[in-house]
Formats: sequence, C-alpha cells, structure tokens
Amino acid sequence: MTLLFLGCGTGHLQAAEVVVAVASNFTPTLEKLAPEFERSSGHAVTIVSGATGRHYAQIVNGAPYDVLLAADAEVTARLEEEGRAVTGSRAVYATGRLSLWSRTPDYVDAQGAVLADGDFRRLSIANPRLAPYGKAAVEVLTALGQYERLSPRLVQGENIAQAYQFVDSGNAELGLVAYSQVLENGAAGSHWLVPENLHAPLTQELIVLKDSAPAREFVAYLLQPSTLALIAASGYGVPHAAAAVEP
Amino acid sequence: MVSLMPLQRSNHRWLMLFENDIAALWITLRLALITALALLMVGTPLAWWLANSRWRYKAVIEAAVALPLVLPPTVIGFYLLVAMGPDGPIGQFTNWLGVRPLAFSFTGLVLGSVVYSLPFVVQPLQSTFSGIGRAPLEVAATLGARPLDRFLTIVVPLSRSGYLTAAVLGFAHTLGEFGVVLMIGGNIPGQTQVLSIAIYDHVESLEYASAHWLAGSLLVFSFFLLLIVYGLNRRFDMVKV
Repeated sequence: MTLLFLGCGTGHLQAAEVVVAVASNFTPTLEKLAPEFERSSGHAVTIVSGATGRHYAQIVNGAPYDVLLAADAEVTARLEEEGRAVTGSRAVYATGRLSLWSRTPDYVDAQGAVLADGDFRRLSIANPRLAPYGKAAVEVLTALGQYERLSPRLVQGENIAQAYQFVDSGNAELGLVAYSQVLENGAAGSHWLVPENLHAPLTQELIVLKDSAPAREFVAYLLQPSTLALIAASGYGVPHAAAAVEP
Repeated sequence: MVSLMPLQRSNHRWLMLFENDIAALWITLRLALITALALLMVGTPLAWWLANSRWRYKAVIEAAVALPLVLPPTVIGFYLLVAMGPDGPIGQFTNWLGVRPLAFSFTGLVLGSVVYSLPFVVQPLQSTFSGIGRAPLEVAATLGARPLDRFLTIVVPLSRSGYLTAAVLGFAHTLGEFGVVLMIGGNIPGQTQVLSIAIYDHVESLEYASAHWLAGSLLVFSFFLLLIVYGLNRRFDMVKV
C-alpha cells in the first residue's frame, strides 16, 4: 500500500480501495485486468468472487461492495429499482459465450454433433436455477432437441466454475462451460463455440453500489476501448464491438 | 381467465420443487442411515485397535482419523473428486473392477460421508473401549472365551451407550453434510441432491419460503434426535459421553 501510494504520480491525493464483487465466470479475467488499474490509478482493488444471486443477498444485508460485476442484467436492474445502487450507473461490460468442452482432444467436433451421437456418460452444466450460464445451457440443449434425451446424464455445478471443474477432473466427459474458461486453460482438449442464436444473450452488467471517485475511475477503466479489447480476447463479446456493428 | 395461466404455471413449478424437496429429504435420510451403519462396521475394529494398541506411531493414525474435524469439507470433497476421476486412484480402481465411476452417484456420496463423519463415530467408540479396560476381558479369557466371543458378549454390551452416541453422531453429522456432497454429488434431483444442497439452492434463488420450510424441518428433526441420545444416555448412565 505504502509503495503504491508513494509511487503514484498521477495527481491523486490518496490511494483508496475499491471492493469489487464479481460473478465467478469473470473472476479470472478481472484478476488479469486489475493490476493495470492499480498501477495507473494508485488504488487497490479487492476482488470478491461468487454467485451473483449470493452477492445480491449480501448487498441487501449491507455488504461493503463498491461495484458489482454481475453475471446477468436482472440483478443489476433489481438493485437499481430498489434504490440500493447509483441510479444510471448500469452498463454492459461483457457478453458471455458458451462452449461445449471436453478435455479429450478431437472428441468435440466443429458442429457439436457429439451431443446427438456421443457415447458420453455425463454432461456437466451450471445449475440453471442459479447461474445464467446454466440457464443458457438448458436453452441450447432444448434448441438442439436434446434436452429430454440428455437430462438423465446432466450433472450440475453450483456455478460455472464448478461445472468446469467436473470436466477438468475427468468426472464428466463433456460440459457446457464459459468460453472464457476454455481460453483461460489454453484451449486444451476440444471444444465447440456454441452459436449465440441458440440461447438468450448472456448480457453481463455492472453497477456502482457506492458512489466514489475511485469506483467511477474503476468503471471508466473497465469500459475504455483498450480494456474491452482485453475482455474480448478473454472470450467475451464486448459492448463496443456490438455498437460498431449496428450504427 | 387470462390471468389463470401464469398462476397454474407457478403452481406447477412449486409442486415440482416440492417433489424435489421430498426426494432430497428421502435421499438424505437414506444416506445418513447407510453411512452410520457402514461407519459402525469400519469404526469398531479401528476404535478397538486405537484403544488397545501400544504401537509407537499410533498418534499418526489418530491424527489422520481426526483430520475431517479440522479440514474444510470442500477440501475433502475436492480431493475425493480428483481421486474419483479417471486419473485418480479411486477412479483407476473402479475402472479396474469394471464398475461405474463413483462421482455423481449415491455410492460415491456414501464413501464421501464415511470419510467425512469418521471421527464422529471412532472417537466415542474409542473412549468407551478405553473405559472398559482390560480386566473384564482377561477374566473372560481365563474362563476360556475366544477373542470374538469376548468382544461380542462383554465389550459390546458394556459399550451400549458409546455405540448409541457413535451411531447418532454419525447419522446426525451426515444429515448436515454440505461441502463434500457439493463437490462430488453433481446435484442430480432424486439421486445425489441432498437436503442441505436443496436448502442452499432455495436461498440462492431467493425462494425463502421453501428454504424456511426445509431448514425448519431439519432443525426440529435434528434437535429431537439429539434429545433422544442425551435422554437415553442418562437412563443407561453407564458411560460418560
């Protein structure tokens, strides 16, 4: 802290702490982005990773978070409506992509046909009642007409990180996980990037919970084009790319 | 009439959740019962050996048995998950036997619960066995009783209270199990979705009414279970817990 404070030559009067509650799917990406913000701003970032539903319950009960990076756009809307956040501070920071992943090379084909004819025993997804990625996974299976047939083979992680872990430990042969997780692991094994038209968009919104200059600086850093490019490289769709497509 | 549709749908959803909850309750009771029985079988010889052995390094085994008391259940669950995977020792063993892998199965949950609740059964048995001492057994031996005979006719009746405590603690501790099942269960309704996970899911999805209903039942049930143990133990009043 002291070193950060002394080394900060950007004109800030004091180094502050920004506490960021982040959806578990985005945690690895945020961990890569935070150091650059800490260097340039002199503020320290504390990351609290977890399920967005749990963060909501904690915020309602007074958790000291400055910014929430949610896994969806519902919890942020709800927090704003209930007056528990800064009005007008909602913004899309990423759009999640699903990927069908196996740690076995050449097991998953480029069209995801393995879902229809594969001999796998277990398909891992996130809990569809709790996690947006789990809900999207069920939508994909339904759209492909495979949900009824495959539901006895489904195993559920409490969040997308656990769904990934089930595949990574070899206990499930296949999983519908976040594309960012597959990239994080160097795209080992084989995967199919699920087309976005097979599920409702996985829009991830942020919202400022406690207004402060450091919190606003953090949000500005996250939404600046160079950071969004890094988010895109981590396996997410980003708002500016979408804005560029539709004039 | 138009407003009836969503109402029916929400009723249907509620009914489905209710059915899942009943299934979770049943699985939890079955898991706790089977785990307690398995632990009594595994725990008896282990506790007897711990109570009577004079081996120099006995403390190593005692420490290993007590580990689940201090380790976070998610650590035990994570190691079990890795061990049950195709590269892990348990996974390779089940593969060699030609049986189905243990992860995401009821059998896997029983194995996990046995590890998780081991000290809760072994420690009361060990202290009961130590309390009996060697004298009654030596008398029986001079009267010509064989070892197994001595154990069944002398040790077991004298340890009645210790067995009751061990059985109920093993059962009750498994009822409240969460972290291990979370890691190796896969949350399959009707197979591996236990009560504590169902409660957790209700809370996370903000279904507080269902969460209260389940959590309250578990609380009342657990309290009466423990009440029975302590009540009976006073009546037997043979061995201090």
